[in-house]
Amino acid sequence: MLKKKAMLIDLTLCVGCNACQVACKEVNKLSGDEEKTLSPTAYTALQEYDGVFVRRMCQHCDDPTCASVCPVGALTKKSEGPVIYEVDKCIGCRYCMQACPFQVPRYEWSSTYPRVHKCIMCHERLAKGLPTACSEACPTGATKFGDRDDLLKEAYERINAEPDKYVHKIYGENEVGGTSILYLSSVPFENIGFHTTLQTTPLPQLTWNALSKIPGVVSVGGVLLAGIWWITNRRQEVQEYERKMHDTNNSSNGKE
Amino acid sequence: MKKFLSTFGFWKVVAVAIITTGLYSAYIRFFHGLGASTNLNDQFPWGIWIGFDVLCGVGLAAGGFTLAAIVYIFNIKRFEPIIRPTILTAFLGYVLVVVGLMFDLGRPLQIWHAIIMWNPRSVMFEVAWCVMLYTTVLALEFSPVILERFKMIKTIKAVKRISIPLIILGVLLSTLHQSSLGSLYLIVPEKMYPLWYSPYMPVFFYTSAIAAGCGMIIFESFLSSRAFKRGLEMNLLTEISRVCVVMLAVYATMKIMDLSDRKMFSLLFVPRFETYMYWCEVIIGVIVPFALLSQKRVRNNPTGLFIGAIFVVAGFVMNRMNIAITGMEGWSGTSYFPSFTEFMITVMIVTIGFIAFYLIAKYFPVFTHEEHHEEKEVAHAAIAWKRDIESVSKMTEMRN
Repeated sequence: MLKKKAMLIDLTLCVGCNACQVACKEVNKLSGDEEKTLSPTAYTALQEYDGVFVRRMCQHCDDPTCASVCPVGALTKKSEGPVIYEVDKCIGCRYCMQACPFQVPRYEWSSTYPRVHKCIMCHERLAKGLPTACSEACPTGATKFGDRDDLLKEAYERINAEPDKYVHKIYGENEVGGTSILYLSSVPFENIGFHTTLQTTPLPQLTWNALSKIPGVVSVGGVLLAGIWWITNRRQEVQEYERKMHDTNNSSNGKE
Repeated sequence: MKKFLSTFGFWKVVAVAIITTGLYSAYIRFFHGLGASTNLNDQFPWGIWIGFDVLCGVGLAAGGFTLAAIVYIFNIKRFEPIIRPTILTAFLGYVLVVVGLMFDLGRPLQIWHAIIMWNPRSVMFEVAWCVMLYTTVLALEFSPVILERFKMIKTIKAVKRISIPLIILGVLLSTLHQSSLGSLYLIVPEKMYPLWYSPYMPVFFYTSAIAAGCGMIIFESFLSSRAFKRGLEMNLLTEISRVCVVMLAVYATMKIMDLSDRKMFSLLFVPRFETYMYWCEVIIGVIVPFALLSQKRVRNNPTGLFIGAIFVVAGFVMNRMNIAITGMEGWSGTSYFPSFTEFMITVMIVTIGFIAFYLIAKYFPVFTHEEHHEEKEVAHAAIAWKRDIESVSKMTEMRN
């Protein structure tokens, strides 16, 4: 089994050169010029907050909400990290977009046969043993590719080495159960567009709590309904029988 | 008569206008895409087609399984006269939900994928299967009406033989997916405004659907009594409204418990849009109909009963729209209001529902359900009733 891969994005090192987006567009054969927000043609984008460049992209959750909600399993988590999308399965319900806690998936709204777009963590390159295109293109080392365990360790080392520089938090370590994209920042995450109130357990657990009750509802409910019918039906039969007896008694009484 | 004709003509014109605009909207939807036809975007991917066509369509069809359980499982046969129109309403409701989905899905022709590509962790997958199976069950439950028209006695007998397992299956499937529509939103704890988000949403969806289903039975009975100039089963409808009142009370109690459990009472008085919409929904859908229908005077008055039912249905629709739209707007950072095309397609679907009901009820024995059998039933009931009175009076005599 492959070790779980991840990317560490250190926002203090990013200079906003956009090389990541350029490399991404090339690898994924996406058209268009530089884009400042995620779109069907930009799987990653740099957003600037007072000189701090924040790289947006799919977080590649360990237990992805999108993969759990997809009715046809078009989104799946690969053991080495990437959350991938199979367009041939997709029916276009957009539940993944509705459910994603990071608001990442993008839709081809202008198409009559639309598909979902999001970063797929260069899973084909990963299969060949190559790093992601964006991390390879990054000139400052702001995006670093590697094993998730190693990168977490390194992130803690960086925080400990310069405790005054960094916010003492690795965004993505615990968010919704942990993600494959980890962020370090010198500015509080909530000030640069990150949702910091996300729960630390995977979201799919919430729907699973309800779904796991189905076998119970079906079996107990089925027996209960059948039982009620059995009783009420018997009551009806008895009533009918008694009525018949009553009628025949009456008529025989009448004869006498 | 003149007046009737002119009204009929008026409604015909309205229907034609709605369907023409609707078809044009459908053209835009299918030939220019969702972007051109809707106000949806990446931040707000679900709109009125999910909020109204699916959530309300399925919920308002809940009368079907409620009444089927009353008549066939609890064997309260006196409700039989209203079972056929109710099942028809439910069946049309589900068919129209699927039609609405065909507009909403980005790749509608791939809808069948859910049959072979499974993801049991997905609530949507479960809902898809339940809706598929339950629509089939409803079709079978309604099939005797069609078969009777063509006098296919043998097939009717075959269907009737499996009717009890079929009804049980229908009640189970309904219980599952009515509540699962609430489970759909369990996955967005941060996104939905906390007045609506609750771990008990599945239970709320289920109970409110039963209340709204009862409201729809009354609503539909009134409309068809006017359209077909037939009498009203007032005694039955009053009893249905009692069920409705009980369900509303259960629902309200659970909602209050839930708000207190989650310590969200203070949110009821925060001056913001969500609060106002929440109060509108609660007042229209719970407080007013409860106050109206819990009074005998109102229940026994046809107009009072009808108005009460309209409040229940309207409040239910507001609740679902609030959950699907109002409750989701704040976090998404955008505001959503359906486009003209989105709106017209929904109105067209509802109109088609009304027309289909009218035509089926006109040409098939929906309201003349086994008249002969019924008369017998009533006669039996009368005999039993008389016998009961006799025995009671005998007992009192003996006691004296």
